[in-house]
Amino acid sequence: MAFRDGPFESLKVPLAWTAAVVTVVAIIASILMILGDRRHDATGEAYGPVRAGFDAGAGPVNGILAWPVRWAGNATDYVKGYFFAVSENRRLRAELEDLRPWRDQAIALKNVNGRYEAMLGLRTEPPVAMATARSISESRGPFINARLLDAGTSKGVRIGNPVINEDGLVGRVVGATGGVSRMLLLTDVASRTPVLIDRTDARAMLTGDGSGNPRLEFVRGQDSVQAGDRILSSGDGGGFPRGLPIGVAAKGIDGSWRVKLFSDRGAVDYVRVLLFQDFGQLVTPDALNAPPLAGLGAAPAPTAAAAAAIGDAAARRDRAAAAATPATTPTVPPAAPARPAE
Amino acid sequence: MRVVGPTQWVFYPALVAIALTVLLATPVELFGLKLPEPVLPLILAFAWPLIRPSMIAPAVLFGLGLFLDMFWGGTLGLWPLCLLSVYGVVLASRNLLAGQETQILFVWYALCALAAFIVAYLVVTLDAGRAPSLLSLLGQVVPTLLLFPAADWMIQRFDDGDVRFR
Repeated sequence: MAFRDGPFESLKVPLAWTAAVVTVVAIIASILMILGDRRHDATGEAYGPVRAGFDAGAGPVNGILAWPVRWAGNATDYVKGYFFAVSENRRLRAELEDLRPWRDQAIALKNVNGRYEAMLGLRTEPPVAMATARSISESRGPFINARLLDAGTSKGVRIGNPVINEDGLVGRVVGATGGVSRMLLLTDVASRTPVLIDRTDARAMLTGDGSGNPRLEFVRGQDSVQAGDRILSSGDGGGFPRGLPIGVAAKGIDGSWRVKLFSDRGAVDYVRVLLFQDFGQLVTPDALNAPPLAGLGAAPAPTAAAAAAIGDAAARRDRAAAAATPATTPTVPPAAPARPAE
Repeated sequence: MRVVGPTQWVFYPALVAIALTVLLATPVELFGLKLPEPVLPLILAFAWPLIRPSMIAPAVLFGLGLFLDMFWGGTLGLWPLCLLSVYGVVLASRNLLAGQETQILFVWYALCALAAFIVAYLVVTLDAGRAPSLLSLLGQVVPTLLLFPAADWMIQRFDDGDVRFR
């Protein structure tokens, strides 16, 4: 007997019921997906091949569809530049006048600092390699603040790399594929960044909440923050290098400490990805675990000429010190008071 | 009479929503202002059950929600849950809303959109361990509410397209 001839022949399920069944099944699937989401894990596996493949495809598609919007944005910039050129020029001149003394001071301090580092044998951090990228899409809602960048693993970008622009820290990479990577902004609700207050060296945690100004939480010490204090990355935990400029502290309307980000001074368009993973990347483990003065034992033996020069210098120093020391039992009264020993 | 199939009232609007979402995600500032970021598929989640009940529509909404999660980089499953919640509520209240005036539909649309955002807010708060800023939330709710004319146009355009569903 064929199925259509059976007792279900005249059975008709209302369309609304079937739609409701599909809806309920899809809602259950959504809840299971939320429970299984591992977006916040800092591992490459958490990003997953599906997200990676999607991002790899979304980058070029966005580049094509967004072309008219980019053109309009450039056109408005051009118009703004045309009409505000004079005031911009005045502002830049004033800023240049202010910064000239700072430049000279910075050069002098860099010189002195370099000499101190050489004298003390400090292990300074070597320069970190960078990859330049362009922001190709942006999500700026309350629930997610992230951007797609057009540089990926082919340029050495890896998950966890910090991202900066010309003004300061912008965020960090949370997903990377061959040619595209995803950056989580400091303002995202899931973002946590260890920071320090430049004036007091107090530590704090910068936590995003989807607004433009992330909160400053867990501030160590009493009265260690004032409005206008510069906030830098502390490097604690090894996720970011120490000293990256982040912003300026300010009181929020809710009374909490917040940070006005330097990176908000202009549109975040071109950025630089610091190819930095942690401190272990910068030095070999053997060098990191070596005792502080181990370098002295590894110094080469002096040549005969160098040994003679060192001996000669030491003898001269000893003679000079002996001559400067006053005699304990003088044979004749001194004509003048002896020079005090230095 | 030409029967308006799911291609017209489901697939084309879904593609338009995807294209506009991608377009509005462009990181440009026009005269110092960033582009708005409304949740465009919420329009479809409200309009589709009023046009006619269908098994395809919730399945496509699920796909659209996944697209939003993947494209914006959010928690996977967040927007499918919100969109399908709206679809389910409107489907259940379909008999009440059929033939109502535009003002009543707008009030219902606003309530559904607010409910969807509250669900999203709660899920993100539990997931991230921190509540998102309410001001930032308003920045996404308001543009989404302003898109009601698009939902109303869809309902007017497709409601009578197939006499079998009157």
